[in-house]
Amino acid sequence: MAQHQVNYASSGGLPVALTTVDKLLNWGRSNSLWPLTYGLACCAIEMMASGASRFDFDRMGVIFRASPRQADVMILAGTLSKKHAEFARRLYDQMAEPKWVISMGSCANTGGMFNTYATVQGVDRIIPVDIYLPGCAPRPETLQYAMMMLQKKIRRESADMKKRKLQRFV
Amino acid sequence: MQQQPNKLRPFFENLNFERDDNTMVINFGPQHPSAHGQLRLVLELDGEQVVKAYPDIGYLHRGIEKMAENMIYNEFLPTTDRMDYIASTSNNYAFALSVERLIGLEVPRRAQVIRTMLLELNRIISHLFFLATHALDVGAMSIFLYAFREREFAMDLMEDYCGARLTHSAVRIGGVPLDIPDGWLNQLSDFIQRLPEQIKLYEDLLTENRIWKMRLEDIGIVTPEQALEWGCTGVMLRGSGIAYDVRKEEPYELYDELDFDIPISDRCDSYGRYRLYMEEMKQSVKILRQLIDMYSKTDSQIMAHSPRYISAPKEEIMTQNYALMQHFVLVTQGMRPPKGTVYAPTESPKGELGFWIRSEGEPYAYRLKARAPSFFHTGILQDILPGTYIADVVTIIGSTNIVFGEVDR
Repeated sequence: MAQHQVNYASSGGLPVALTTVDKLLNWGRSNSLWPLTYGLACCAIEMMASGASRFDFDRMGVIFRASPRQADVMILAGTLSKKHAEFARRLYDQMAEPKWVISMGSCANTGGMFNTYATVQGVDRIIPVDIYLPGCAPRPETLQYAMMMLQKKIRRESADMKKRKLQRFV
Repeated sequence: MQQQPNKLRPFFENLNFERDDNTMVINFGPQHPSAHGQLRLVLELDGEQVVKAYPDIGYLHRGIEKMAENMIYNEFLPTTDRMDYIASTSNNYAFALSVERLIGLEVPRRAQVIRTMLLELNRIISHLFFLATHALDVGAMSIFLYAFREREFAMDLMEDYCGARLTHSAVRIGGVPLDIPDGWLNQLSDFIQRLPEQIKLYEDLLTENRIWKMRLEDIGIVTPEQALEWGCTGVMLRGSGIAYDVRKEEPYELYDELDFDIPISDRCDSYGRYRLYMEEMKQSVKILRQLIDMYSKTDSQIMAHSPRYISAPKEEIMTQNYALMQHFVLVTQGMRPPKGTVYAPTESPKGELGFWIRSEGEPYAYRLKARAPSFFHTGILQDILPGTYIADVVTIIGSTNIVFGEVDR
């Protein structure tokens, strides 16, 4: 599964100490991504399934946490209604930096099939999203692949918070 | 301090967070791992005891019923998947049955057998899911892993039949879209052979387990009167000693030909309901066994023949002009059921699920109302939670087996 293709020993070529710190921190961050259990609708069942027996998320260092204070990743699994949107934003704000967001399923990406008065048409209207995960509902393998994509993304990021913010929002 | 209501923070009736007495108001959910979706409970506590509980729903309201008014009947069917997403086929079926009753359609026997199989398979999937999450809420992590393992095998069967794991749309108005693939029945009989052993494993782990009994016995008492008053159905009603199952009372599909029992329990508590879920899975296995034998005695038609409402089989559409024209009209304009009102109850894994449809002879339903069991089981929370301890709240929520897709719709 998680292929660690970054050669940490040999590719630390730059003579600046920060580069090494970057890689060390990103190695740690990318291999212990703790998502927030944020099941909203149908996708939550697949999110649970990917944590359970057959798919076993634990082997990738992914352990679901119930509190946003302990979580690194927010997996928005399901339809976000307008009534819930305020809570989603608040939970995102409560998460400690560095934090990432995976938008799981069509409803979270774009509103999906629910183009109605009650549904937020894409969670990226509320919070910044790193990985969009298509499907209705995406299979557990898809979620695991998204997590691996996120790991790749984290390994490319700078560990410096200011730089990181620039990388993300510019 | 009085909260100022605004658009984002609406004013809640009877809710004042600053109080003079010794009670404390706490908020539970909507993001709580044991809230089974997006239940928000406002609990008023005296010490550790709940004095008042106020379930706040609507966090998953997606306007499904309104969508139904702007969609043709076949278009709406996949939307029903997303109501009770743990057992999608039971929703598809309930909707299809209502429309079939509305237009007076006779479904071929093979389709009936396949539908009943899928319904019972979904019941097993849903009950295993109930067991997994309920045990996880109470604190038995290993049961969660065991139950999900078996559930994956049932999901494999659903996937082999219709291609989807969760949102099946496996039942169509007028029948089923596909015949059973080769070897599927063998896989099914393997599964139902294996399942009773697994159920025995869960029962060995839980039924006489001291912790499990302490957490569940006499917790979440629903008296028969309460159950009737609040409109409980399914296991919530049968757990209170009232033998009511739509499969027996108003048989649909093949349930009047099948031999199965309706387990009831007069314990009225969470433990009794847990026992019922386990018994129902065994009954589903029994039903599936009979259905496998029935399948071979049917002929190959799987969709009803009714050119006004149902498209012809694909071969006919591709070869016969008239069938193609019918198909074109049915896809672009939609079927036009006669004027009328229909309600068809079915026994979904959670309770009585039915769709009430008012048709004005248009391709769109004038009004569609889903009678979802979980909605009523959420309402009863405000009656059964007061008096219990805060630690038992998640046990009781788990025991009611509510799914928010169908509560909020």
